[in-house]
Amino acid sequence: MEKAFFDQDNNDNSLDRVDGRLKVTGAATYAAEYQLPNVTHAVLVTSTIAKGRITSLDSKLAEQAPGVLAVISHVNSPGVPAYGSSPAMPQRATLGTPLRVFHDNLIYFSGQPVAVIVADTWQRAEFAASLVKVQYEKEPHQTNLEANLSRAALPANVQRDKNSRYHDYDRGNPEELNTAAVKIEATYKIPTEHHNPLEPHAIIAHWEAPDKLTLYDKTQVIKGTQGNLARAFKLPLENVKVQAKFIGGAFGSGIRVWPHVMAATLAAKKVQRPVKLVLPRELMFTSVGSRPETIQHITMGATKDGKLTTITHEAVAHTSTYEEHTERTILATRMLYDCPHVSTRYRLVNLDVNTPTWMRGPGEVTGVYALESAMDELAYALQMDPLELRRRNHADSDPEKNLPWSSKSLKECYAKGAAHFGWHKRNPEPRSMRQGQMLVGYGMASSTFGVHRNYAKSRAVFQADGKVIVQSATSDIGPGTGTAMTRIAADTLSLSPAFIRFDLGESTLPDAPGQTGSTTVSSVGSAVKVACEALKQKLLQLAVNTPNSTLYNTNPADLSVEQGRIFKTGNPATGVTYTEILKQNNLPQLEVTEESKPGAEWQKYSMSAFGAHFVEVHVNPTTGEVRVKRVVTCAGVGKVINHKTARSQSIGGVVGGIGMALTEESVMDHRFGRYVTGDFANYHVPVHVDIPPIDVFFIDEHDPHVNPVGAKGLGEIAIVGVAAAVANAVFQATGKRIRDLPITPDKLI
Amino acid sequence: MNQFQYIQPAKQKAAIDALTKDAKAMFIAGGTNLLDLMKRGLAAPEKLVDINKLPLKKIEFNNNGLRIGALALNSEVAQDKLVREKQPLLVQALEAGASGQLRNMATMGGNILQRTRCPYFYDIALPCNKREPGSGCGALAGFNRMHAIFGFSDKCIAVHPSDMSVALAALDATVVVAGPQGERQILFTDLHRLPGDQPEKDTILERNELILAIDIPDKPFAQKVHYLKARDRASYAFALVSVAAALATDKNIITAARIAMGGVAHKPWRLFEAEKFLEGKPVSEANFRSAAELAMQGAKAFNHNAYKLKLAPNSIAAALKAAAGIA
Repeated sequence: MEKAFFDQDNNDNSLDRVDGRLKVTGAATYAAEYQLPNVTHAVLVTSTIAKGRITSLDSKLAEQAPGVLAVISHVNSPGVPAYGSSPAMPQRATLGTPLRVFHDNLIYFSGQPVAVIVADTWQRAEFAASLVKVQYEKEPHQTNLEANLSRAALPANVQRDKNSRYHDYDRGNPEELNTAAVKIEATYKIPTEHHNPLEPHAIIAHWEAPDKLTLYDKTQVIKGTQGNLARAFKLPLENVKVQAKFIGGAFGSGIRVWPHVMAATLAAKKVQRPVKLVLPRELMFTSVGSRPETIQHITMGATKDGKLTTITHEAVAHTSTYEEHTERTILATRMLYDCPHVSTRYRLVNLDVNTPTWMRGPGEVTGVYALESAMDELAYALQMDPLELRRRNHADSDPEKNLPWSSKSLKECYAKGAAHFGWHKRNPEPRSMRQGQMLVGYGMASSTFGVHRNYAKSRAVFQADGKVIVQSATSDIGPGTGTAMTRIAADTLSLSPAFIRFDLGESTLPDAPGQTGSTTVSSVGSAVKVACEALKQKLLQLAVNTPNSTLYNTNPADLSVEQGRIFKTGNPATGVTYTEILKQNNLPQLEVTEESKPGAEWQKYSMSAFGAHFVEVHVNPTTGEVRVKRVVTCAGVGKVINHKTARSQSIGGVVGGIGMALTEESVMDHRFGRYVTGDFANYHVPVHVDIPPIDVFFIDEHDPHVNPVGAKGLGEIAIVGVAAAVANAVFQATGKRIRDLPITPDKLI
Repeated sequence: MNQFQYIQPAKQKAAIDALTKDAKAMFIAGGTNLLDLMKRGLAAPEKLVDINKLPLKKIEFNNNGLRIGALALNSEVAQDKLVREKQPLLVQALEAGASGQLRNMATMGGNILQRTRCPYFYDIALPCNKREPGSGCGALAGFNRMHAIFGFSDKCIAVHPSDMSVALAALDATVVVAGPQGERQILFTDLHRLPGDQPEKDTILERNELILAIDIPDKPFAQKVHYLKARDRASYAFALVSVAAALATDKNIITAARIAMGGVAHKPWRLFEAEKFLEGKPVSEANFRSAAELAMQGAKAFNHNAYKLKLAPNSIAAALKAAAGIA
């Protein structure tokens, strides 16, 4: 049966962003904008060497500079109680010891905080920072991944965990490659990339009492930050408050508690006043993680008619010397296509750099770039349409887990995307399509991202004035979480969204996981739905239990609700509103708190989102400049909660993918172990004129298995595969296969 | 950033005197570059002499050509009817530079005097002879993808980042400069220096000299023009290579040619040999190609910028074709 499509022209009654007006009028308060009385300003002094030790730190001049309140370093840090025991502060999926700020004189990477200046104004702190004289004893450092491949190793945290998915994986007999009729082999590289959200990371740390800490922090993980700081400073959890009501983008940079957070907190402890610390753009390159540089080797074998027989995929990424960051780089290769013989290998090389972290689409975006580039190469080796090759290898069930998909619409994505894009007009011959002087290329790629779900809680409070306050301690880094939750609550309660207020961004609210891995709607959305459902049932029960109600003694199963009014099904005339029920019972409000978590469905189904991107590029043969001319992106992500914000999220993902494909690269000068592209003049994110019309389509997927909301998550899949689609289009336009991103003019000319 | 004094004199003489008296004083106009330099610790003036009150914003045309005041904003000049009519090459170059927001702040004089964007210059933890003479050139054996292929020295391989200056170099412009000894005129192509042994000096100006205006003569090559800029993204990126091309032709014969390149040297790089070669020759792709090859004589690449040896001649030929109006 043909599925219905939502396309972008449909009027589906999407909500505008509930906080849109606040954001565009400047009324939204971001971390650095909180006005605290007596606030002081902090500026970091950072290491200029990549490895070694501090031999002397002379802060005399800085301390005497006007307005300076304190210079804090390893020499005089008030100390983090948990640093005494090792390892301190375990971090999810990142093994090792997070950098211990101002703990000792050891230097692990260039850009490491070695001191923090606190002054009465930012300018004075900034000036004093320039007066701190730090002497180092240098040791030889290693920052070059390619030069250190011989040290690539299975991560220690994988070695210790037999259930880790990053162990060497072999399905069937990968040696079958040798007998494949058609084979390809290639190495793909992505450079280190940085998230670079528009809002730099910022924090105000305030010790309200010697054992009470409040942080206004740009974090994606509010409860996690609260827990981390409570453990670090050995405080009762409830004594730490974290607030992050608005976040100007993060893309993963706000998932962890980074050294600058500890520096500000220590500084605030020292000066006993609130301390504000805003990272300058240059420090955004060494302070809040990066996408790891990754080198991937792929081989593929297929029969003459394009049936995949073998895929091998080896990935080597960088990490720091003090922590292991692992991500899902090789996982998609095991499940995206139906292929009997598959092997994957995942290795890390530790380098004298700061620890990388999750960046939008983490793992999949890296792995799928290589896999989908290789699929294009295989299509050319087979002389087969790249889309047809993917259709022929469609995985009808999960070939790794041997489980049925909870739902999957990849074939529909191919069909819808190809039709809208006009894929049939493509002449596969490289350099065969032109528009004026420009070489024209069409490319496509599949995309996938796993469905994830975490434990979450939500409170729903029905107030006497008819408003419902729904709460959960999630954050909103830009996707429109408040809007989506308002929609879920309104739909569940059968109320107009105008009556809903969703509160987020505070650690005092009910538990929520971090806004990571496209889990917010599946986790928090489910909790909101369950809480609102419980609230509705409570209201229904009240209605039938209230003696003076027209619905007294009705069986709740015979009731319907519309616009906040309960009535007998089929008899709308007999009914009562939610507010009337409260009034009849003399209740000031009605409150429920519910939790939601994944269950047995995860043993029965494999759950992933799938999609496809189609891209047209124009390449200037004189200069090698590539411009993306249009993009069609199509995904099956379960239920789309709010089409308007979902479409924005998809567009944002494509923009990120275009940056990854064409411009984004953090270059390090290995002689010094320092980035030489550490500002917006040198780290190129796409600007408006780089972004063409992007048509977004969602396949209407009904998935009763993933979670109560039926939504799979969208933030990550939106970017996964885009870079491969662009690179594949560039190949068709030019005949040049650029296997190291970004595809800059110098590589094409 | 250090504490500094700030004055805003209303008279040109007072501004120049302020710099003469105070060795740590600097002029500031739009501030789009100087503020970055101060924030990154590259410049620490003790006094900022804001020249925005000086009457140097006028754009006027007389028999000799166009005179543009040094304080006219890049965006004002690019939108000026007279400039658009008389000097389309300058307009193209201005519009290819920076971003709309920056062009709204940046002045003509400031654009000329902006400093290199070499990353080694901007990071005080790295060596740079331009920032700190004698510390070494970080780019020479480092990341030099954006760097010079002409006119460099072993002390410095940085390039001048301005687009506008490339057009001015091609257009035979002169700058009018005032100092304690009065005014002087400098041919635009003589204003910027090659690095030699003193890469810290970008131009031949004394530090207390002030640019008052730019004169662009009215010449027959002003209308057949093209500014080509190759860059990593479609806007708001410095040139990998840029070419300003201007031609005068008579019945398909080139009577005058002016060509300058950006992104290849410590200064806007005029292609005098190529110009000479083209004069008297017919408009043709082959001639443009030959001119481009001639222009590339003496070019030398470093580890990461060899692509410029191909991008530059491609761009020269393409810009000349576009200027001549041949496909």
